[in-house]
Amino acid sequence: MKLSMIKKFKDKKINSFLLWGLILTGIMLLIVVIGIFWTPYDPTKMSASEKLQGISLRHILGTDNKGRDIFSRVMYGSRITLGIACGTMVIGAGLGTILGAITGYFGGFLDEVFMRIVDAMLAFPSILLALVIVSLFDSGNIVVMVALGIAFIPSFARIVRSEVLRCRTMDYVENARIQGASDFRIIFRHIMPNITGVLWSSVLIGFNNAVLAEAGLSYLGIGSQPPYDSLGNMLSSAQQFMVKNPICVLGPGFAIVWMVLGFSFLGEGLRKKA
Amino acid sequence: MKYILKKASMMVLTLIAVSILVFLAFNLIPGDPATRILGTEATESQLQLLRQEMGLNDPIYVRYLRWIWNFIRGDLGESYSYGSVSALILDKIPITIWLAIMAFFLMFVISIPLGIFTARHEGGVIDKIVVVLDQVIMAIPPFFSGIIITLVFGLTLQLFVPGGFVSYKIDFWGFIGYLVFPAIAIALPKITMCVKLLRGSVIEEISKDYTRTAYSRGNTTRGVLYRHVLKNAMIPVITFMGMALADMVSGSIVIEQVFNIPGIGRMLLSSINNRDYPVVEAIIMGIAILVMVVNLIVDIIYRLVDPRIEAIND
Repeated sequence: MKLSMIKKFKDKKINSFLLWGLILTGIMLLIVVIGIFWTPYDPTKMSASEKLQGISLRHILGTDNKGRDIFSRVMYGSRITLGIACGTMVIGAGLGTILGAITGYFGGFLDEVFMRIVDAMLAFPSILLALVIVSLFDSGNIVVMVALGIAFIPSFARIVRSEVLRCRTMDYVENARIQGASDFRIIFRHIMPNITGVLWSSVLIGFNNAVLAEAGLSYLGIGSQPPYDSLGNMLSSAQQFMVKNPICVLGPGFAIVWMVLGFSFLGEGLRKKA
Repeated sequence: MKYILKKASMMVLTLIAVSILVFLAFNLIPGDPATRILGTEATESQLQLLRQEMGLNDPIYVRYLRWIWNFIRGDLGESYSYGSVSALILDKIPITIWLAIMAFFLMFVISIPLGIFTARHEGGVIDKIVVVLDQVIMAIPPFFSGIIITLVFGLTLQLFVPGGFVSYKIDFWGFIGYLVFPAIAIALPKITMCVKLLRGSVIEEISKDYTRTAYSRGNTTRGVLYRHVLKNAMIPVITFMGMALADMVSGSIVIEQVFNIPGIGRMLLSSINNRDYPVVEAIIMGIAILVMVVNLIVDIIYRLVDPRIEAIND
């Protein structure tokens, strides 16, 4: 079954980047989905007798300093990291697209003001911007999601705006206008479908950046709060005893790498195919 | 020249927008600085006195103008717990700047030769290995590579002592030595991106007509590559490097935490945790100014390298 599927991919000229991206992302999503219903152990259950164990059949990725099963915690942490990244993209790409489309389409003074604000926000690297927003409120999953989402708005607004600017003067837009379509309809029914390609590849890149930024923020201790740790939290708390049990940092660390690698392969594959 | 002036005035406008955003963000949040300094035990009249002294009773635009005027004069205000912010930042800034410079230097000396080499030998064994390795390393967050470096080079091979940071005031070369590994951790993802960009750019330029013309006029491969192709291929790379330099400064926030380096990043984090907003404001404004100045410089270099841009924009 699997082999024939791979063969089918090859026949369709799906490149190896896309194939590996699908495999890596597929396995990761599968593990995360399973983790919603079942984990080998309770990710928050501590056990004094099973501290800092290495790889074994009982605990495939060993245990941490409180005797918690690392594989279960990675399953759980990946879900949080992935969830925050998804939320970030919904907020960032969603609002960014709407704002960029509207300002790009109408132009004028509002557009000028908006672009200055976007420039101002782009002067901050996204992790710094999120850091500022989190510092103004409190830490926690929702705040991190909103903060990262806001931090991602400018780049999406920029991309969509320039695409809309390019499409605005094209014949089909003019045509729709003559037919009496409203501005709203022209933007979302006529222009949008023509820029989805650009949008999707930036969403994939943005998604990776969101995963990395979330992991970075939780690593700094301002992301999600214990005991419901994301992968970044696990890394920062495991750093103290990594000499005794390196798997404690390698497990969650490679989970992040796996996740990012899968998506970047997917993006690369889609780009090459296009 | 006209263009540079235009860009510079644009930058000033953006800076004003940044300063307004930063000021509003930190002044509209709930919480009274006077209470924060004097503690909750202070009487109302004491609080009033301090508020008067700090000018907190003035309307918000007066406070903004005063803040920005002091900022321009170099007075960054008083930290809630450490005294003058300017002195605090001046003390820490060399650490972060050195870290960023070293990371930038590493990126420059590694990625450019590697990018050109892989482009010249496209499809070869080394090229294939580098391309795959590139993608993999790109997926490793800097703090994780930092942790791995600490584990491998620090704790196992004992090439440096994790947490054994020495100040640049005491032992400059010891300080530089300690920063080598953190700089590698910061530079790694940028190196991979830069190699990928340069490789793609060189390959694209090689296939263009002018390259063939240059060959047919009897140039050697070396001559074509360095005198013709590279000039054009470097243009996108310059933009990237400008952005990378700014990213490295912010990337050091996380890396300083991994390697226990008491630079700007750690100060920013501890100030955020202590809600010491004058320090946070100053650092954020500083980074924003740095990013914008770098962007301006990149724009200028851009025009020097590629005179075609002038023809389009003017």
